[in-house]
Amino acid sequence: MKMDLRDWRVAGNAAIAGDAALAIEARGLVKRFDGFTAVDGIDLCVPKGAIYGILGPNGAGKTTTLRMLLGIIDPDAGVRRILDADRPHDVAHAIGYLPEERGLYPAMKAYEAIAFVGALRGLPLKQGRERGRALLEEHGLGFAADRQIRQLSKGMAQQVQILGTLVHNPALVIFDEPFSGLDAINQGRLERMIRDLAEKGTTVIFSTHVIAHAERLCDEVAIIAGGKVPFAGPVDVARDRIPPQVRLETREPDGPWRAALPGDARKDGSLWSFSLPASGVEPLLRALIEGEAGILSLSIERAGLHDAFVAIAGEAAAKALEAGETTEDAR
Amino acid sequence: MSGRLSTMAAALVVARRDFGAILFSRSFLFFLLGPLFPVLVGAMAGGVGQRVQQSADTPQLGIAMEEQHVDAMLAAHKALAHRLGDALPDLTVVRTLKPGDAFDAQAALTSRRARVAAILGGTPSEPILTGTQARVAQWQGPVSMLAAHALGKSPQNYPEVSLSGVATSSAGERRSRLLTAQASQTLLFLLTMLLAGMVLSNLVEEKGNKVIEILAAAIPMDAVFFGKLFAMLAISFVGIAVWATAGLGLSVVAGSALPDLPPPAVGWPIFLALGIAYFSMAYLLLGSIFLAVGSMASTVREVQTLSMPATMMQLMVFFLASYAMTQPGSPVEILAAIFPFSSPFAMLARAAQDPALWTHGAALGWQVLCVVVLVRAGARMFRTRVMKSGPARVKPAKRGLFARLRPARA
Repeated sequence: MKMDLRDWRVAGNAAIAGDAALAIEARGLVKRFDGFTAVDGIDLCVPKGAIYGILGPNGAGKTTTLRMLLGIIDPDAGVRRILDADRPHDVAHAIGYLPEERGLYPAMKAYEAIAFVGALRGLPLKQGRERGRALLEEHGLGFAADRQIRQLSKGMAQQVQILGTLVHNPALVIFDEPFSGLDAINQGRLERMIRDLAEKGTTVIFSTHVIAHAERLCDEVAIIAGGKVPFAGPVDVARDRIPPQVRLETREPDGPWRAALPGDARKDGSLWSFSLPASGVEPLLRALIEGEAGILSLSIERAGLHDAFVAIAGEAAAKALEAGETTEDAR
Repeated sequence: MSGRLSTMAAALVVARRDFGAILFSRSFLFFLLGPLFPVLVGAMAGGVGQRVQQSADTPQLGIAMEEQHVDAMLAAHKALAHRLGDALPDLTVVRTLKPGDAFDAQAALTSRRARVAAILGGTPSEPILTGTQARVAQWQGPVSMLAAHALGKSPQNYPEVSLSGVATSSAGERRSRLLTAQASQTLLFLLTMLLAGMVLSNLVEEKGNKVIEILAAAIPMDAVFFGKLFAMLAISFVGIAVWATAGLGLSVVAGSALPDLPPPAVGWPIFLALGIAYFSMAYLLLGSIFLAVGSMASTVREVQTLSMPATMMQLMVFFLASYAMTQPGSPVEILAAIFPFSSPFAMLARAAQDPALWTHGAALGWQVLCVVVLVRAGARMFRTRVMKSGPARVKPAKRGLFARLRPARA
């Protein structure tokens, strides 16, 4: 039976969707290729105005999910709603998209390429040309406006394409692995651009296999692994999935205070590491003092997104993610 | 923010880009010039050939007789020429003999010194015709008439024949319109084959540039396909205009070397309009198939392999339409008119032979419908089979052509 998003929310999923206005709602998205399930029942709710990261290793199903959301391919099952429209192409004029595999016509001039992408999104060509030139100037590429794409460096061509994604002033921007192929300086520029867009109220979704980008930029993330989303929500909530880590250094190597340490405590030199017990830090401190541990130092560190990713997606997915990051660094 | 585009508006954005890109490319210039060379060479060869044929195909009858007989025969030829027309061969004097002179006609013909097809010797009362068996049989009658006239034995006054001409007979009209139909069908076939092939490489280039995903995300795939077809159609009209201009120029230069086609049943203006419409339909139908093929392929080599069946089908369709043309009103002709791919060819042939116009309206409507269905099916196939991603899972057996079908990395 085909399910409508309204039915889904009525059926008790309002908490997932929340009350905030949503740029994207997707429920139970499934995509199979030749019998292989690339995406297996994904639910996503992206609030309007948020910076939303889709985090997962290569092959996790990020691109397929984005393509389904954009209407490039249709899901085999599930429903999606993007900018309050059931058919993504109905709101294509309000969406900007940068695919993972960058593509521009090599013979086109830079400003024409930007105008063409805008024209595809309904921006009149004349206006697109003017804005193309203006955007290039604004981003320090004014000198390249009349150069053909084939005459630009790969990084410059990629920037031209990013500007093409924004030329029609979209309400929702979707970047698929936007940092891939950019050097550190341009990665920083892109991060700033994403923050600026969000400040102006634009919803930004990007996929990445680099946790640091998601951690620095995102309000919310969806962790995707093996075609499923084991977690979707605010970054803080993801971190809170695992308890804060306590690092303890004591003067006394042993004593009654050891009874206060939880079962996962492990010693590395003179330093003890363990998860903060659910009862909190005060009972722990009291037990350590009463047990005469002789506390030299005690720090409580909140889990990072990487740790959260390991805890949520599993060791294998984390290793795949790290492998992807290593490959990216090597480029 | 910008406004939403309709499918046709989106198709025009793609068409405009493609049209400009192709029109100002070097390959288009070569594409334009390509067919002109064979036409030019053909026209030149035709002109030369015609002259050669003219000189070779006017056989003359040589005459070798005594002077008074030669004079009598020439006078008789002059008197009969306008009555017998082409049946009477041109007469040329090979040698004027003196009384008692001997002349070996066979030796003269064999030595090829005398550039005549046969030699008439002897006297008007006892003419001797020497030549090949076929030639002798052909000229025996006219020669005896000539001789009789030279001797004064044929009627001196011929009755006047009243002439009553008709423009054409029904059999002649049908035959000549068939010629027009045949010529137009062949031209249509050649043009569609020449131009539809260009669509193929276009989408491959698009996939090579990786622009296709940007297009697919922004506008419906139908619009991408329609845009590409429209662009190529517009390009083809530019090509046809250039070739037609060149053809017109050639016809001025070559004059009678170009064929003089009999008028079609619907008249030239309507026939030309229908020709453009049917060319567009034939091109769009074939182009939509080739576009779907092109969308499945990722290299030019794959395109060539995949397009082979489509090309073969087009050839078969052309043969079907050519055969159907000779059987107007038969089930085969109706089938050829209904089958979408042969319909434009069959209907154009029908326009040459049958003055009815309503059938063309119906056929064009049907063909438009088929184009829409084919483009939609091609776009759907493209979305379901090509725009896929996922982790790379390459089976050892899936290589080359089929490797493309494996999921790409997400």
